[in-house]
Amino acid sequence: MNKISIIIKREYLSRTKKKSFIVMTILGPLLMAALMVAPALIATLSDTDYKIAIVDDSKLFYTAFENTNQFTFSPLETSIDSAKLLLEDRTYDAILHIPDIAFQSPASLRIFSQRSVNVEAKSHVETILENEFEGLKLTVKGIDPQILMAVETPINISAIRIDEAGQQAADHPEVRTGLGFLGGFMIYMFIFLFGSQVLRGVLEEKTNRIVEIIVSSVKPFQLMMGKILGVGLVGLTQFVIWVVFTGILVFAVRSAFPDVFAFTPPQEVYAPGAESLNPELMQERLDAAAANNTFAGEIMEGLAAINYPVVLLAFLFYFLGGFLLYAAMFAAIGSAVDNEADTQQFMLPVTIPLIFGIVMMQSVLQNPDGPLAFWLSIIPFTSPIIMMIRIPFGVPMVDVALSATLLILGFIATTWLAGKIYRTGILMYGKKIDYAELWKWIRYR
Amino acid sequence: MDFLFKAEGVSKSYTGHRALTNVSVSVPKGSIFGLLGPNGAGKTTLIRIINQIIGPDEGALYYGNELLRPEHVHRIGYLPEERGLYKKMQVGEQALYLAQLKGVPAAKAKKMLKEWFEKFDLLPWWNKKVEELSKGMAQKVQFIVTILHNPDLLIFDEPFSGFDPINVNLLKQEILNLRNNGATIIFSTHNMGSVEELCDHIALINKAEKILDGNVRDIKRNYSTNIYQVELSNLQQPIEQLHSTRYELLKVIPHNGMVTARIRAMNNTEPNELLKTLLPIAQVNTFSELVPSMNDIFIKTVTGKFPQEGTDYELTAHGNSYLSE
Repeated sequence: MNKISIIIKREYLSRTKKKSFIVMTILGPLLMAALMVAPALIATLSDTDYKIAIVDDSKLFYTAFENTNQFTFSPLETSIDSAKLLLEDRTYDAILHIPDIAFQSPASLRIFSQRSVNVEAKSHVETILENEFEGLKLTVKGIDPQILMAVETPINISAIRIDEAGQQAADHPEVRTGLGFLGGFMIYMFIFLFGSQVLRGVLEEKTNRIVEIIVSSVKPFQLMMGKILGVGLVGLTQFVIWVVFTGILVFAVRSAFPDVFAFTPPQEVYAPGAESLNPELMQERLDAAAANNTFAGEIMEGLAAINYPVVLLAFLFYFLGGFLLYAAMFAAIGSAVDNEADTQQFMLPVTIPLIFGIVMMQSVLQNPDGPLAFWLSIIPFTSPIIMMIRIPFGVPMVDVALSATLLILGFIATTWLAGKIYRTGILMYGKKIDYAELWKWIRYR
Repeated sequence: MDFLFKAEGVSKSYTGHRALTNVSVSVPKGSIFGLLGPNGAGKTTLIRIINQIIGPDEGALYYGNELLRPEHVHRIGYLPEERGLYKKMQVGEQALYLAQLKGVPAAKAKKMLKEWFEKFDLLPWWNKKVEELSKGMAQKVQFIVTILHNPDLLIFDEPFSGFDPINVNLLKQEILNLRNNGATIIFSTHNMGSVEELCDHIALINKAEKILDGNVRDIKRNYSTNIYQVELSNLQQPIEQLHSTRYELLKVIPHNGMVTARIRAMNNTEPNELLKTLLPIAQVNTFSELVPSMNDIFIKTVTGKFPQEGTDYELTAHGNSYLSE
């Protein structure tokens, strides 16, 4: 045991002392955030300033078109034929022609452009015209559009969860979905990131030829376990730092913008079986609920409903379990080959279940209690990712216990098999290895 | 004799080929034991079995009087043929790590390492990364790590490969020092020159089997040819008259009034007898027995014949000189 701890110490310190670790630890959360914000940001940036000229022969709709971030509208008081010439010198990207008869026959509407017209621009214009035509028609039929506006009622049903103890709380499946996605994805990333660190570490020892010196002092299995546990601890350290960082960041942002995050815990407005509330109190609570009905408020409410200790504990367990399960296989691969290029052929059985887990995320999120979600969260190879997705929605204890037991059995099995491959592989050079060869190594005494 | 290590009937096979077949070796305490054999003979497999890196399929291994146990790795120092270090790790830190894995407490290891680094002029490199060391320096670090925990049994697999001649001498001296201080050394090589210089005992392994072992002097005697080379001057009678039932004249080369001759002594005639016969008839300038070198014996045992046998009985001139200049 003492020797394993010496090995763990070296593996841990040699990695955490590296500059790349420190940089990743600091930049990691920022990169993640950037990864989520960037696509939206790029979308708003790239499509700015699509210039559309409007030739409205009926002169009815010029005022309907307001400039947006993406589209600039310019009314043109010319004939459509002379306007078309403006396309050539790129003054406008597109020209919308509203002929006199447009109101009677909308099919006569045209949009002209030299290159294929921007689909978003087309649908934007269509929406505006639909609303305008609708308004006109209502006026023609004698209905005041103001009345129509007044009767429009946006509906946003508040979801209420009733837990086993009968407690009711507002629920926001969107927040749970986001958290499940984040948890599953982080597990996937951690396993890949740190699993391949194990692989590279084993390969380094083998190609460096230091391995024979070490295994004359410790058993190959001890060396392998020491490396796996050391790297696992590095991953754990990184995760803990990230959680603490996020905590500090959230606290800082909340103190800086208290209004945005103002949130009063929802109270029961209506409880079946309970004596009915007096009208004033009911109204008061309805108002409080309405105050939370902003986007930030809803997210805050959703986040407040999550059982964080359970999510964090589950994450730690499934990260460690999944990592141990896969890291053993990564170590076996590293021991079997002579250089990084040869690892490809053996990576398939390791990466397929991981990628399968990620691909299945969407379906699992749509029905986190369905049979697909159940089975994938029980089978050890996908359970770390899929169970993490299910956890924020609340999972029956039986499922968790079964999944956890199988995961532990799973990593004991892969570690045992990997150990057999490893002890032969690290001393084997210059041999072309295939699966048949690996099977032989497993059967050596 | 007191043996520090014994292997009895050790066999090991990998799928497809046998690496060792029923090999038994006994390594006397305090000796330098040469493990010889062509490449691929099974030397490294045997060494790995001694180090308990792999287990034998059959056979028993003894350390002293006990069966070999995992704890014995602390009593063994091993310098593999293919050896390396973590390139990105600092030299001192790495030596400390390897010493700790051999069971030396950190503080003690550090003190001892500093002494050895001092001795091998490595101290300025303590905080440098291994990749900054020359190959020779890295080898020195590996040597220090191998012997630091004061093992009773040292195993060197081709220790001199990669060293320049100065460092080879330094290393040889250290190996002899270790032996003189009571360590037992197993020394695997196919460099026969170093075998004659260093080894007391040898075992020769070829194609997974041990084909020869024993005390180096005894083996040489067994392979002695009883051929003597003499350089004579002032001959009183033609040298050819020596031909008899006891002596066979193999070759006579006259030069500058002197004669160099090769004489085979037959019927157990001792070298002293030959000298006594020669002394009255000539002045004996040099007298030496043509003894096959370990290299010759190695080749003879492996291939079945001496390197130049059959041509002119031209043995490589490694002689035991009985007369000094």
